[in-house]
Amino acid sequence: MEGSSYQIDLGNLMAYDPNHHFQSIPSSRGELVNHCLEKGTEMVQAIANSLFSLPSTESRDGPVVKLPLPTTKLPREKHLPKPKPPTKWEEFAKMKGIKKRKKNKRVWDEQTSSWKRTHGYDRANDDRDIPILDAKSTDEVGVDPFAKRSAEKKERVKKQEKSRLENLKKAAKAGALPSHIQLAATALPITGTKKDVPKKASKDELESVAGMAATSTASGGKFDKKLPGEKPPKHSGKHRKFLPVVEGKGIGSKEKQQTEKILNQLLSKSSHEILDVNKAVTMFNVKKEKQRKKDKDANPGKSGKLKPNKKSFKKTSTKKKP
Amino acid sequence: MQIRAPKTKRAKRELDKRAPKLVENVKKTLILHGTKTSAVLNSVLTELYHLKRDNAVKFSKKNENIKPFESGGETSLEFFSHKTDCSLFAFGSHSKKRPNNLVLGRTYDHHIYDLVEVGVENFKSIESFEYDKKLAPKIGSKPLFAFIGEEFESVDELKHLKVVLLDFFRGEVVENLNLTGVDRVFVCTALSSKTILLMHCALRLKKSGTSIPRMELVEVGPSMDLVVRRHRLPSESLLKEAMKTPDHAKKIKNVTSDVIKGKTGRIYIPDQKVGDMPLSNNIKGLKRERREAKQNKESKKRKTESE
Repeated sequence: MEGSSYQIDLGNLMAYDPNHHFQSIPSSRGELVNHCLEKGTEMVQAIANSLFSLPSTESRDGPVVKLPLPTTKLPREKHLPKPKPPTKWEEFAKMKGIKKRKKNKRVWDEQTSSWKRTHGYDRANDDRDIPILDAKSTDEVGVDPFAKRSAEKKERVKKQEKSRLENLKKAAKAGALPSHIQLAATALPITGTKKDVPKKASKDELESVAGMAATSTASGGKFDKKLPGEKPPKHSGKHRKFLPVVEGKGIGSKEKQQTEKILNQLLSKSSHEILDVNKAVTMFNVKKEKQRKKDKDANPGKSGKLKPNKKSFKKTSTKKKP
Repeated sequence: MQIRAPKTKRAKRELDKRAPKLVENVKKTLILHGTKTSAVLNSVLTELYHLKRDNAVKFSKKNENIKPFESGGETSLEFFSHKTDCSLFAFGSHSKKRPNNLVLGRTYDHHIYDLVEVGVENFKSIESFEYDKKLAPKIGSKPLFAFIGEEFESVDELKHLKVVLLDFFRGEVVENLNLTGVDRVFVCTALSSKTILLMHCALRLKKSGTSIPRMELVEVGPSMDLVVRRHRLPSESLLKEAMKTPDHAKKIKNVTSDVIKGKTGRIYIPDQKVGDMPLSNNIKGLKRERREAKQNKESKKRKTESE
């Protein structure tokens, strides 16, 4: 056996014997194990020697030593964190020399004369809690100043969100996106053709589907809770006209009309007369009138006054014969 | 583009735990197996899990599409590594060609970094060892390592296996160590250029004359022969990137901090060459000269005009 010059890495509590090799592996397993244990004990003793000779401090659990850094380099499990690029505001503040000011958690609220928190629920100096706004000369007459203020706030919030997104995109480009944030693209799916993209349902489609769903309920959708802005369901389908229950003596006029209508339809189907007299008379009269008008236009010399040559715009030639 | 951020502070904390840091967390191990395993391999995997109880995740399902050494078979492993935040994995499989196969691997940024495929032979489980239960090493204690054999330096495969085993069983990298807490050691002996004998022993510290106790090894844990079959070293670029250490603070020249004066620095001004400097046009001294020069010019003009 060589002299015990082991390579000791105290940071990893490791000892390595580079000078050992088996001339012949011991025949039995037990011998091999014992041999290894012996060698192991020696090396562990060597580690312990250097370990226990380190300066130790007494703690309640026992002696504590400060280990040196490990010498065997092992790979990291994740990449090194990249520094965040400064945000747009930070760059501006640096240029102007603006320094951050420490804000208090509680601020004095004038309105309620109490200390309230600066941000969050029931905060001090909230924009929405102002009861009275003085009218300025620049204000228009019909404008609601409170609505205007809340609209302005919404605009500011939207702008801030946009700036935040821009800053995060910049950070993501530099590879330094904060670990708890992900940027998700709200784009069309990349796979497939345009056909595979689920089509957005139109308003009419949605209405019809909602109507169908409503009518399939037990009460025909009459007592369903309506969402704000939802129109009442249209009754498409067969309508039946029911005659009034009471209408004078005997057979009422409406009932008479109804039965007449049905009878006429029945009879006309079985009648052999092709000519509808009333219709024929009306058509003849209309034709006669038209002819008379035409003759009048054609002979304008009847009257003394000079009349301009009126051109009739009616297309009498294309009139179809019934 | 939309920002997706966690809605609870707890979720945010969990995500921040998994973020890349300067000083990293303990490496977690993922233990899983393929479609076919043997009894030996099952016990190997369970005992590995027991050894690394605090920072290991054991999957019990069969995974048929994991083939670490093939180009397409790594995606599942990388996905699991990402989901469980494990950078070490032990994948066991059994086939006729490779009986009792164990693939030990490491990941970097949840991509496969390197792999070592070993066959397990002559496995003795923890139950087969008899020892005084008081000596049993505690979970989470930092182990000692003893590597015996010149082959660990000369043979490529064993060199690789040495670092992988060190990474696997090292545990947390600590600065302060409690000396009463050292109670285990891994003894790895190189039997040939391809085989090593791995033993896990408990330490018994015995009184000796000096302040340094005498060490005694008692075999407790699993003991197995590992036969290196295949291995894959990391690519050069990946190796370089993974071994990067955080930049040490650059020394700023010329700046000193004084307790009384505060932060002081020295400014060096180059020599002023007074003779070569051009004079400005607005010097008070030149007023008279210019006035006189003007007067001379005017008088000259009048003279010529009158002539």
